[in-house]
Amino acid sequence: MPEAMGFFTDTTVCIGCKACEVACKEWNQLPAENGGVRELSGDSYDNTRRLDGIHWRHVRFIEQFKGPYDGRWLMMSDVCKHCVQAGCLEVCPTGAIIRTQFDTVVIQSDVCNGCRACIAACPFGVIDINPVSGTAQKCTLCYDRLQVGLEPACSKACPTDSIQFGAISELRTRAGKRVAQLKSQGVAAELYGADPSGPLGGLNSFYLLVDKPEVYGLPRHPELPTANLAKSGGLSMASAAVLGLLAIVGLRKRRMDEQSRGGPGNV
Amino acid sequence: MSDTFFSGAPHWTWLILLYFFVGGVAGGAAFLAAVLDWVGGAEDRPVARSGYNVAAFGAIVSGALLTIDLGRPLRFWHMLFQSANFPALMFKGWSPISFGAWGILLFGLFSVLAALGGMAEEGRLHNPTLRAVGGAVHGGVAKLVGGVAGLFGIFIAGYTGVLLSVTNRPIWADSPWLGALFVASGVSTGAAALILLAARRGATEQALARLSAFDTKALVVELLVLVVFVVSLGALNKVWVSFWGLILLVGVVALGILAPLWLHLQRRPVARAARLVLLGGFLLRLATIFASEGIEHYRVTAGM
Ligand code: SF4
Ligand code: SF4
Repeated sequence: MPEAMGFFTDTTVCIGCKACEVACKEWNQLPAENGGVRELSGDSYDNTRRLDGIHWRHVRFIEQFKGPYDGRWLMMSDVCKHCVQAGCLEVCPTGAIIRTQFDTVVIQSDVCNGCRACIAACPFGVIDINPVSGTAQKCTLCYDRLQVGLEPACSKACPTDSIQFGAISELRTRAGKRVAQLKSQGVAAELYGADPSGPLGGLNSFYLLVDKPEVYGLPRHPELPTANLAKSGGLSMASAAVLGLLAIVGLRKRRMDEQSRGGPGNV
Repeated sequence: MSDTFFSGAPHWTWLILLYFFVGGVAGGAAFLAAVLDWVGGAEDRPVARSGYNVAAFGAIVSGALLTIDLGRPLRFWHMLFQSANFPALMFKGWSPISFGAWGILLFGLFSVLAALGGMAEEGRLHNPTLRAVGGAVHGGVAKLVGGVAGLFGIFIAGYTGVLLSVTNRPIWADSPWLGALFVASGVSTGAAALILLAARRGATEQALARLSAFDTKALVVELLVLVVFVVSLGALNKVWVSFWGLILLVGVVALGILAPLWLHLQRRPVARAARLVLLGGFLLRLATIFASEGIEHYRVTAGM
């Protein structure tokens, strides 16, 4: 089996050119939104706004401006994190979502029936329905390209190497060095999702950030959806048991006989 | 900010809302019908029969709603069988949407059988095959079939809440109490549906009064669980500073729970309270589903 493959995205060198977004759309033949007539967001230079069924890459523009001369742009090319423990894969009731030999997470479009459980399960808001196929879609980490030895279209197109593709183990080493370099320059750089003992067993698409994860639209402690299963299921059963007991006591025959003989009750 | 705010909305809207409501009523009705079959007397049998009818009808409607709601309805069977490996079964015991699909199928099967049994009893089946099937569901078999339908019923009423919690969405995943709340609401609305329907099916005044007295208790449980649910949301309760909060407070708590409780105390005719309970059950699903579904539109105004 090949090594686990993925992306390391160094947000500090992203220039927001959106070459990755375009390359992704082109390679994966994703349709334009709204027939190509794009609505402008009106409050940002970012008009893509989110990842969804027809946007598998999204360059986030985080515009931090306090005044005309005091501000900065943070850019981050967002994508499916190919979580080592993937919530989408966990809940998918049709088995459409699989883990590939490259340790990436792929939705098989011919199996998905569009139930949308994966959309709510993903902690990162990655998946949505592609209106053309009627099925859930997201980044495949170019599974088709990987199988023939090509690198994904987005990282290939990225002119600054903000998106780097490779074996996860090697990417982690590289990312560690980059963090050390930035820190020595006084930049508060942190890795997000690089730690295999961290949330979700690590992310096979991990990031170098220079602000809090929330600023980039990333949850601080992403969790598997089934984290709630035992508690929620247990409380439901307890509630059912209480009501069952009340029903058995309140509706049993002996009690009815007593009451029809004029006992207590609100007839 | 809760980590659930970074996830995406699954567009579970009107069809799913209707399903949650219909499934809850049907499940609750089956559960109460089974309890009446097991511990009640002969005079309760008309109520139990109505319960299985509600369950069977509700299960079929539920299946239809869920299928239409899919992006690819003709692939609904992919949830039950492995599409590339037919007829291997598709089942994930840890995914509510997966075990729920099986739950609805089995709930439908057993409640249709129980309903046929009841109809055969009433001599309402004219098709010979149906009459034969209904006739077989009789005596001890009927009790057993009804019991299984009842167990699946309470499961259907509650798993929908668990399904919402086993996500990463705001409100739903922020409290473990939704399943328990939907169980209580399923039972209270199931009882209400029986009160309204069984009257026309020869249920005695006594039997209906007993059911109504039980509904009072179910409503009290529902109110308690609702309070605990809201408390468990903690700081997230800001989301209720919205239209959905108004629905929850006025529609669910005041009209759907407190008003029927008051009517019960006043010993008013049971039907009026029952209608309000059904309305409250519907609005409960409406508020909890849409408050999370539409959160992107109002979370800034809600200060989140
Ligand atoms: S980021 Fe979301 S869609 Fe991608 S693997 Fe993780 S849970 Fe699935
Ligand atoms: S929408 Fe498709 S991929 Fe997502 S959970 Fe449902 S069947 Fe699986």
